[in-house]
Amino acid sequence: MDADAGLLINAVVSGLLIGGFYATVSIGVAISFGMLDIVNIAHPAFILLGSYAAFIGNTVFGIDPILATVITLPAFYVLGLLAYQVYYVAFERRDDQSLRGLSFFFGILFIAEVGLILAFGVDYRSVQAWYTTGNLNLGLIELPWRLLVPFLLGLAMVAGLQLFLSRTFIGRAIQAVAQDQQALRLMAANPAKIKRIAFGLSFATAALGGAALIIIQPVEPSLGREYIGRIFAICVLGGLGSFPGMVIAAVTLGVVENITATFFGPSWAPAVSFGVLLITLAVRPSGILGR
Amino acid sequence: MVSSVVKAEEEREGLRGLSNLAFIGALILAAVAIFGITRWIGQSFAFFAAYVVAQYIVLGTAWNILGGYTGYVNFGIAAFFALGAYSSVVMHKLTPWMPLPVMVLVGGVMAGLVGLGMGYLTLRLRGVFFSIATLALAVVVQTLFTNWDFVGGARGAYVVPPRFAPLIGGAYVEYLFIVMLGLCVAALGTARAIERSALGYGFAAIRDDEAAAEASGVPTLRLKLIATMLSGAFMGMAGAPLPYYVSYLDPASGFNLNYAVNAIAMPLIGGTSSWLGPVVGAVLVGGLQQYVSVTISSAVNVLITGLLLVGFVVLAPQGIVGLFQRRRR
Amino acid sequence: MTALLHVEGLGKRFGGFTALQEVDLEVQPGERLGLIGPNGSGKSTLVNCICGTLHNEQGSVRFDGAPVNGLTAHQRTRLGLARSFQLPRPFGSLTLAENLRIPILYAVNARGRHSLSGPAILTRCVELLGQVGLGDKAHRLPRDLTQIEMRKLELARAMAAEPKLLIADEAMAGLSHAEVDEILALLIRLNGQGVTVIMIEHIMRAVMAFSQRLAVLVAGRKIADGDPKEVVRDPEVVRAYLGE
Repeated sequence: MDADAGLLINAVVSGLLIGGFYATVSIGVAISFGMLDIVNIAHPAFILLGSYAAFIGNTVFGIDPILATVITLPAFYVLGLLAYQVYYVAFERRDDQSLRGLSFFFGILFIAEVGLILAFGVDYRSVQAWYTTGNLNLGLIELPWRLLVPFLLGLAMVAGLQLFLSRTFIGRAIQAVAQDQQALRLMAANPAKIKRIAFGLSFATAALGGAALIIIQPVEPSLGREYIGRIFAICVLGGLGSFPGMVIAAVTLGVVENITATFFGPSWAPAVSFGVLLITLAVRPSGILGR
Repeated sequence: MVSSVVKAEEEREGLRGLSNLAFIGALILAAVAIFGITRWIGQSFAFFAAYVVAQYIVLGTAWNILGGYTGYVNFGIAAFFALGAYSSVVMHKLTPWMPLPVMVLVGGVMAGLVGLGMGYLTLRLRGVFFSIATLALAVVVQTLFTNWDFVGGARGAYVVPPRFAPLIGGAYVEYLFIVMLGLCVAALGTARAIERSALGYGFAAIRDDEAAAEASGVPTLRLKLIATMLSGAFMGMAGAPLPYYVSYLDPASGFNLNYAVNAIAMPLIGGTSSWLGPVVGAVLVGGLQQYVSVTISSAVNVLITGLLLVGFVVLAPQGIVGLFQRRRR
Repeated sequence: MTALLHVEGLGKRFGGFTALQEVDLEVQPGERLGLIGPNGSGKSTLVNCICGTLHNEQGSVRFDGAPVNGLTAHQRTRLGLARSFQLPRPFGSLTLAENLRIPILYAVNARGRHSLSGPAILTRCVELLGQVGLGDKAHRLPRDLTQIEMRKLELARAMAAEPKLLIADEAMAGLSHAEVDEILALLIRLNGQGVTVIMIEHIMRAVMAFSQRLAVLVAGRKIADGDPKEVVRDPEVVRAYLGE
């Protein structure tokens, strides 16, 4: 009984930390899908791009992986601006979003995955830093640094973005676009320009998410596919348009997944997030805190 | 004035005025001709390659019924396709004497039922949620099969095909090709029949404006369920012969993302508004893939497909067939 | 005479916002009812609840003697309740004739009373289009149409469902004087053929010319219902909508 309880506590605690990490990879979709209503299923591909950027920075230049992705943030932001421009001209303006927009992102996801395979091969890659090994000892529990650092990064990202959205002019403009594009247009502001900035931000978060990912686990190109379901499960469960909801959902999913993996084996873990997604869609599609 | 407008419309029908039966007859003739040509070529590689193209004609047509006609994007092709493949594996272990066409039908029924179930859960929601749910479905089904030891779990299962083809003689792959050609005829015949029927008009109305369709009397949920079932069933049937084609089936290969990308890319490149689009897409893209695979590499091959998909979706959304149609109108 | 449409105590909330409250409305067969009110007063929400596009939490709707609560929109259309949308929603990939084919296939044929098939459907579509002056564009696509032609298509599509009751939701918004007269004549002609019509409009001269009875909706409540000339003199109506 003691061993089981200990196992459970450990599973819950690491689940919480992993949940915080899940927030880092999901926040980009919370912006693009939750606020802009753009179903960017290619987001995991850009997370992986971030992971490989961290990998290159770390192994080739010897820099800290998180720092490496921070350096690439502007590039990701610009990539996001470009991607939105293409999406806007090709789909949103023609009001032909659903079928072709989705297929567009699906194609991008695929191209990115294959591109990574061609560039880096299918081997697992990982990074080294002082926090990729070792634990923080808090007496009763031990927190692995490699889980704790991404968790903290996740909290910082969510807090930072929440502040940005509520305190800065552009941030508030993005919130306005998310809620009522028509009103914005009537005020002669250009929604497309604001959405472009938001989409760029969404991509930038992917870079940091990628750093977090490769810290937590070794990566290989097809990992993105596992995360599509996780990310969308988290955003849908949390409620589109709500950051706090997304964080709650991320942590919940992290805990449930980890408990499942601990007691039933890791091969069942992918089914958890996707199962959660299906159940949420069937039962309460607006999510926990959705508008 | 009314009668002259009606007459003009009937004249425009022209060649397209073939009845459904006549069309299927033409398809059967074409299939027989293609089989004959492949046999005449003689090399077994021709059969293996042609089987793949035929398989994608069925997959693409199946996807297009729900995607192109009705406007709902299914990303979980792998789930239905692999369901068909794995149902054959199960039957091969339990009832190995069962003829392949029966296995195909069973695979279709299984996949169709899953389509119905999933549709019932998610089709009341917006289209994008349905699409995300199909992604989820593929992974859930893959996880289930990975953990099911009876079909080999993660290690996979060996399915040794008979040495010779029943009925027609020759290598077994020739028999697989005939079965797949038969599925092509069934899928294309169904697609064309839908296009010209009340059902097809209902699908188009849902695709163009679902709320207006509902207000015009279209039972949108019922039609969407029909589309999902038909689409899933044909995908399952396309997957049913797979274990015999590859002799070894494991989740990694059965649920390979390539099937999903091709099943989506080929109709989008070929054209989604008619039965001809998926055929054009499968032949051109499938042919290109065979060529690139052999001359450059299979990874580059897959990259090219992705680039073509994105290129066509952005620049030529009507597909190849659409490019020709616009000039005619 | 039993009312064709009987709305009783209808209420609809969106989260914390009450869009409709305790709305009662009756429409007799063959009647021409006008429905007016400020923007945001709930007129379109009322239409959506009557037609089944939205679900009303409170109250009931009876059509042609039978309750329709719980029926989907397409089922209500089959019973004979049709509406045109405020912003035209044509089927973009279908020709005008094919646009009308949809309600014929799915509303009229589904009733089982009489069924059109084959070339007879096309004939009927072109005939209906001719009634709204779009006959020569039967094989064009909606994107080739002007604003007023889209409105006419929208009405023609509702008519194609052979309704007993047609709700025309702001079909005249933004049209010129002559175009308003065209649509007005169309609706009166339709009513002459036996179709009960509810007209929702802001253009007062059209409303007055059309309505046998006038109802006024303000902030989700019905504040007047009766003879048009008396309603427009009602001080509450003047204050809330018509202005001093």
